[in-house]
Amino acid sequence: MVPTPLAGPWSLDIVTSDAALRKLLHGLPGVDQVGAEARAAALATRSIKREAKMWALEMAIAMIDLTTLEGSDTPGKVAAMCAKARRPDPADPEVPPVAAVCVYPDLVGAAIGHLAGSPVAVASVATAFPSGRASMKVKLADVRDALDAGAQEIDMVIDRGAFLSGRYGQVYEEVRAVREAAGSALLKVILETGELATYDNVQRAAWLAMLAGADFVKTSTGKVAPASTRPVAVVLLAAARDFLHASGRRVGVKVAGGIRTAKEAIAYLVIARETAGEDWLSPTALRIGASTLLNDLLMQRAKQLTGVYSGRDHFSID
Amino acid sequence: MTDVEARTEGAAGPVFAYAPAPESRDIVHLDAEYGLFIGGEFRPAATGRTFTTVDPATEEPLASVAEAGGGDVDRAVAAARAAYEGGWGKMRGRERAKYLFRIARIIQERARELAVLESLDNGKPIRESRDVDVPLAAAHFFYYAGWADKLEYAGFGPSPRPLGVAGQVIPWNFPLLMAAWKLAPALAAGNTCVLKPAETTPLSALFLAQICQEADLPPGAVNVVTGAGATGAAVVAHPGVDKVAFTGSTEVGKEIRRTVAGSRKRLTLELGGKAANVVFEDAPIDQAIEGIVNGIFFNQGHVCCAGSRLLVHEPVAELVVDRLRQRLATLRLGDPLDKNTDIGAVNSAEQLAKIRRLADAGSEEGAERWSPRCTLPERGFWFPPTVFTGVSQSHRIAREEIFGPVLSVLTFRTPAEAVAKANNTPYGLSAGVWTEKGSLILWMAQHLEAGVVWANTYNRFDPASPFGGYQESGFGREGGRHGLEAYLDV
Repeated sequence: MVPTPLAGPWSLDIVTSDAALRKLLHGLPGVDQVGAEARAAALATRSIKREAKMWALEMAIAMIDLTTLEGSDTPGKVAAMCAKARRPDPADPEVPPVAAVCVYPDLVGAAIGHLAGSPVAVASVATAFPSGRASMKVKLADVRDALDAGAQEIDMVIDRGAFLSGRYGQVYEEVRAVREAAGSALLKVILETGELATYDNVQRAAWLAMLAGADFVKTSTGKVAPASTRPVAVVLLAAARDFLHASGRRVGVKVAGGIRTAKEAIAYLVIARETAGEDWLSPTALRIGASTLLNDLLMQRAKQLTGVYSGRDHFSID
Repeated sequence: MTDVEARTEGAAGPVFAYAPAPESRDIVHLDAEYGLFIGGEFRPAATGRTFTTVDPATEEPLASVAEAGGGDVDRAVAAARAAYEGGWGKMRGRERAKYLFRIARIIQERARELAVLESLDNGKPIRESRDVDVPLAAAHFFYYAGWADKLEYAGFGPSPRPLGVAGQVIPWNFPLLMAAWKLAPALAAGNTCVLKPAETTPLSALFLAQICQEADLPPGAVNVVTGAGATGAAVVAHPGVDKVAFTGSTEVGKEIRRTVAGSRKRLTLELGGKAANVVFEDAPIDQAIEGIVNGIFFNQGHVCCAGSRLLVHEPVAELVVDRLRQRLATLRLGDPLDKNTDIGAVNSAEQLAKIRRLADAGSEEGAERWSPRCTLPERGFWFPPTVFTGVSQSHRIAREEIFGPVLSVLTFRTPAEAVAKANNTPYGLSAGVWTEKGSLILWMAQHLEAGVVWANTYNRFDPASPFGGYQESGFGREGGRHGLEAYLDV
């Protein structure tokens, strides 16, 4: 359905010119706003109960990138979050650890020590997060800084200004450059969908990032409203599904920002299952960037097991 | 990817199978027997005859319902006439509006109960009765309540008058909603009603009658006579009826038109359809797939305006059919009361037999038949979602209304060909157009001979929007300002 440009008979510089990328991205089937929102709303009415709910709660925990991205972050705050990440519920060792912790580059070092020997990865935002407004030199230095400190995953931001003014080649090259700099680290590309204005643009930005080598496409920085929305997740998961079909490579989706309740998290799992398929129901293909969400998942899980809600103070605030 | 994959591979666990999430059946209290609603009271049929209505998902009987004979219809029409002359017809519009607003609010208050009842008696998924049928039924009463004191501004002259007694016969596919479509405009305009619900789905109309009682509607303004075809024929033929409104099959519609020919009775008919859902190459494909699914599998395809013929542009035909198959594999067929069910039960054994007959004809005529893998429950009336590809205009499945979850896929090359094929049907109720090109939408809407043309959506209803057909899909409009005309002497 969609040509795979990298496998085509063209040379790379022709394919990655603004005009060629524009042709490709604007040749994707459009996204009807009303229809996409209606589909997301319909999926939100799925009623997840009993063993399905228990499975979803634990899977959502395992998909979390436990995140703190504040100017006021300190090594102490990061240490507390790492402890929570390794063992979310001190009272119950059955609760899986989260997928990763996500911090600014200067705090990667603080996180690494606390996660040694655990399956929890350290992710770092980079490339002048959250605005992306810096020179390429600075952005790449930011990435190297995080990697040197031991980050295993890089959450980069795209240049939304370049994207919105049609400089697709520039966005593509930036993602490629970071992809190369990141080496074997997992690369998540933040599209900041709240700034992209239309679902068509969300779809185009996702394709651009996937073509340039993203392992994940991610909705938001969490610094811009709206952050992750369900219709955006529908569009991203459909794009990931189509990209797999066209290229043979599976790209994950990370929803981030404003997801605070277990119910919302489960709604994203439902969207993933019914849009992209069951293969996306794994931390290798779906991540949830969040902080307070974790406690609600733990609370709902305890409710499933015991039949009663424990008070908020039964779960640690980190 | 990276070592993350290796680390978390084992965590995927079993697939995310949704556990049953049934709505409680206990929300509805069903009596063992239901009488006719005449003159504001429930009473048995004069003949004492009854029939049983069953849950099509299990074939279990739900209740025994009175079967109205000619004498009962006489009494119902007399009660309606008395109510009309005794006050309802002369009542000030703003007073009538109060009753209609009250009915609308009670429908909302009892929404959950009505939704469960509708799913039990009809077989439709609770998701649809809860999110579509019941809210829309309330919306129709609210909408027409608003018109009741503004009839002189509806564009039908300075003093439009009611017609008198309306005889209304409705189908089984949207029992409560069709009752609302009929009763709300009739009452708002000052008419009184004798309503005949379908024999396989009489219960929600009887609950609506209870709601009329609860709202203190003057006795006789609404009467409900349950029964089969003979009861409906008696209502239509009754000399005391001033206006006949029918929704149902084209075959019965023709019979009704013959019956009322030469009489003073006004008539509106909303009949069958074989709608084309036209997908162009530049359509928003994912949303078009949803629209195709919603067009033909909504309410098991028991929808007169269902998009039963998919006309797809040749450049994207393969893509659309592939995607459609993938999407259909995610549809959940089963217990109508489960909140996650997408496809419920076929309403009756008779309808199931008709769907099977036509689907078999499709196979015999050489079209390629496909259904997703799905297990049908052992009891009850079930038919899997079915797609026929390689269908020609001459095939029966492209011409006859199946009224079931069966989609016929045809292709076209140009917009002109799409219009020619879409219009090449004796029906003309609805159509869908999928394209990102606005000018093409307008061009198609001008050329499609259908009462409703949906653009980049399908099966969307609103009380403010008129609905009705061309040709053998009937005449007259329901909904909107236009829907008042059928109940006014203009």
